[in-house]
Amino acid sequence: MHALDLARWQFAITTVYHFLFVPITIGMSFLVAGLHTAWFRTNKLKYLRATKFFGRLFLINFAIGVVTGIVQEFQFGMNWSSYSRFVGDIFGAPLAIEGLLAFFLESTFLGLWIFGWDRLPKKVHLASIWLAATGTIFSAYFILAANAWMQHPVGYILNATKGRAELTNIFTVLTQKTAVVTFFHTIPSAAFTGAAFIAGVSAWLIIKKKDIEMSRVTLKAGLVTMLISFVLVGISGDLTSRVMTEQQPMKMAAAEALYTTTESAPFSLLTIGSLDGSRSVFQIDIPSVLSFLSTGDFKGVVEGVNDLQAKYVTQYGPGDYKPNIPLAYWSFRLMMGFGFIAAFFALLALWQLRKGGTPKGKWFAPAMISLPFLPLLANSFGWIFTETARQPWAVFGLIKTADGVSTVVSAGAVLFTMVVFTVLYGILAFIEVGLILRTIHIGPRPEEDYPVASLGGSDTRPLVMSY
Amino acid sequence: MSFQSVWFILIVVLWVGYFVLEGFDFGVGMLLPFVSRNEADRRAVLTTLGPVWDGNEVWLLVAGGATFAAFPEWYATLFSGFYLPLFLILVALIVRGVAFEYRSKYGKAQWRQRWDVAIVIASALPALLWGVAFANIVRGVPLEKSASGSIEYVGGFFNLLNPYALLGGVVTLTVFLTHGAHFLALKTAGEIRVKAHDLAIKLGLVAAVSAVAFLVWSNLMLPSINAKFLTLSVATALLWVAGFGANYLRREGWAFIASSLAITTFVTGLFVALYPRVMPSSLGAQFDLTITNASSTDYTLKVMTVVAVVMTPVVLVYQGWTYWVFRKRVSAAQIMHPERGVLDTLPL
Repeated sequence: MHALDLARWQFAITTVYHFLFVPITIGMSFLVAGLHTAWFRTNKLKYLRATKFFGRLFLINFAIGVVTGIVQEFQFGMNWSSYSRFVGDIFGAPLAIEGLLAFFLESTFLGLWIFGWDRLPKKVHLASIWLAATGTIFSAYFILAANAWMQHPVGYILNATKGRAELTNIFTVLTQKTAVVTFFHTIPSAAFTGAAFIAGVSAWLIIKKKDIEMSRVTLKAGLVTMLISFVLVGISGDLTSRVMTEQQPMKMAAAEALYTTTESAPFSLLTIGSLDGSRSVFQIDIPSVLSFLSTGDFKGVVEGVNDLQAKYVTQYGPGDYKPNIPLAYWSFRLMMGFGFIAAFFALLALWQLRKGGTPKGKWFAPAMISLPFLPLLANSFGWIFTETARQPWAVFGLIKTADGVSTVVSAGAVLFTMVVFTVLYGILAFIEVGLILRTIHIGPRPEEDYPVASLGGSDTRPLVMSY
Repeated sequence: MSFQSVWFILIVVLWVGYFVLEGFDFGVGMLLPFVSRNEADRRAVLTTLGPVWDGNEVWLLVAGGATFAAFPEWYATLFSGFYLPLFLILVALIVRGVAFEYRSKYGKAQWRQRWDVAIVIASALPALLWGVAFANIVRGVPLEKSASGSIEYVGGFFNLLNPYALLGGVVTLTVFLTHGAHFLALKTAGEIRVKAHDLAIKLGLVAAVSAVAFLVWSNLMLPSINAKFLTLSVATALLWVAGFGANYLRREGWAFIASSLAITTFVTGLFVALYPRVMPSSLGAQFDLTITNASSTDYTLKVMTVVAVVMTPVVLVYQGWTYWVFRKRVSAAQIMHPERGVLDTLPL
C-alpha cells in the first residue's frame, strides 16, 4: 500500500474512534449538568446519586475523548502536510479558536467540577459543569465550521503564486449554511447519543432491580431527550440533505446510487449494483421520495452519478470524480437505520413507562442493552458517508485527497504509526469498557456514602475527591 | 510591528505557558515513585495534578492550532518532518492522560503498578523529546525546497539525535524534574514535601550543569553574539540559582515561581535566537522558514489576533483562579481508604 492509502486508513481509524467518545461527552455533559441542577434545586438525594453515578461514567468516557483528540490536531501536519499548507490560512483559524475558546473552558471547568465538591460554593460548582458543557458546544461549532469548509469552501480566494487558498472573510466561513445545518444535525445527534447511553444504563439498573426510584427518573429523562433530539436530528438531516444536493450533488447521487439524472426521483430501499459500480442491477424504490428529500419537491430533478461525472470532467479536467458508491449508499442507510431503531426502542420503552408502569416483555432487555450502541453506529456511518462521499476531494473542488498527503513521510512510517495507534486504541477501548461495566455493576452509591461537603478545605480533612 | 511578529510572540507565549505548566506535570509524573512510600502517598502526589493537568495540556493544543493558523508552512514542515518524535510524544500523552484518570479507579495492586510505570515513562519521554525537538529547531535541520516549491524536511529520524539535541533533551528532562519537585514541595505536606525538597536540591544541580552547558553551546553556535539571547541565557541561569536557593531555604512558593520564570526566559531565549526564522535550514539560508515565508495572510493573522487578544486574558484569569481554588496542600492523611478503588468505595 502507498503512504496515501495508509494515511487515509489512519485518518479513518483514529477519527471514527475519536468520534465514538465525542458525542457521548457532548450529550452527557448537558444531561449530567441537568441532573446536578435538579439536585441543586430540589435537594433530593436521588438527583445527587444520579449526578455522581452518571458523572463517573461520563468522566471515564471523557478521558479517552481528550487524549485521542490530540492525535486529530497533530495528524493534519504529520500525515497531511500538503493539505495543511494549502488550507492552513483558513482551516487553522477555527482549530486554533477551538482550542482557545473551547478546550480551555472544557478542561479547566471540568477539573473544577470533579475536584470542587468541597472547594467551591454550590452555585459556582454547578456553574462549572455548565461551563464545561458549553465548552463542548463551542468546540463542536468551530470544528464543524472547519469541516463544512471542506464540504463547501467559501470566503476565500486562490493564491496561485503561493499555491494555497487564502481567507477573505471569516464570518462567511463561520456562518455559511453548511456549517449551520451540520451543527444543528450534529448537536442533537450528540444529545441523542448521550441520552441513549443514560437510558440504556438506567434500564439495566431497573432490570437488575437496583435503585429503581433513581433509575426510573433517569430512564425517562434519557428516553424523552432521545425522542426530542431525534425529531431535531430528522429536521436538520432533511435540511442537510438539501444543502448537500445543492452543493455536492455527487454525494447525494452516490447516497442514492442514482446513476442517471432523474425527475421525480425515487428513494431506493435496496440496490444491488453491477460489479464495477457504474449501474444498478436491481432496486426497490419508493417513487418520488428522493426528489422530495433533496429538493423539497416531489417533481424535483436529481442529478445522476454518470451525468455529474461527465460534468466534472469538463469542469475540473480528466479524472474519476465518483466516490465509492456502495459505501456511500449503505453508510447513508445504516446511519438512518440505526437512528430509527434506537428511536423506536425509546418510544416503545417510554410508552410502557407511562402512568408508573414497568416495561415488560422479552424485547426490553436486549433493546435497552443495544440502546447505547445504536447511536454510536449511526454517528460513525454518518461521518463515513459525509467524508468518503466527498472523495476524491479533500476540499470540494479545490484540492484532492491524493494531493494532500505528506510527501516526506514514508509508507513504512505511516504503517508503523497506524498499527501502534490501532493496537493502543484497542487496548484502551478494552480497559474503558471494563471500567464502565464495573461502574455500572457497582451501581449508584447508597445515601450514607455522601458526606455533606463543607467548604474551605484544610490540610488535614479527608478529601471528597482524590486521584 | 508586523502581524507576523505579533504571532511569533504569541506562539512563544503559548509554548512558554505549555512548558511552565506541563513541565511540572511531567516532573511530578516522573517523580511519582521517588517521593512516595505507599498508596496514600502516591495518590496524594497525583491529586496535586488532578484538577489542573488537562487544562495544562491544552496549551499544547492551542500552540499547535495557532502554529497551523498563523504559520501553516512551519506547522506542515515541522509536523511531517519530526514525524517519529511527535508520534512518540502523542503516544506518551495518550497513555499518560488515561493513566491519571484510571489508575485509582480500581484497587488491584497490579493494575495500579502498571499505570504507575506508564505514568513515569510517559512523563519522561515527552519531557526528553520536547528538548530534543526544540534544540534541533534552534540548531537547524536539513530543509530543502521540494519540486512543488514547499520547504520540506529531508533528514531522517537519526538526524535528530545529534549530541547538541540530546543535550537539549537532558536539559528539559532535568529542568522539568526539578520544576516538578518544586511544585510538589509547594503542594504537599508531610514526608512527600520533605522528599521533594531534598530531590529538588540534587536535581537542581544536575539541571543547572546541563542547562549552562547547553546555553553556552547555543550562544557559541550562533554566527555572532546575539545580545538579547545572551541576556536571557544569563537571566535563566540567575533565576535557576534563585530557585535553587529559595528551595534550599524552604521558601517553596518562591522556588516554584523562580523555576517557572527560568523556564520562561529559557524558552523565550531560544525563540529570540531564532527570530525572525522559525525553522532554519542547515543546508543554506535560502531554505530557512521565516515568519515571512511561513506565515498566513495578514487578514487571517488579524482575525486571530483579535481572538487571541480577547480570549487569552480570560483564559489566564480562570485558569489562574483554578490554582487559587486548589491552593491547599494535599497530604497522604487526607486520602480515604487509599488501597481501595475510587469506584468501589468513595463518592466521586
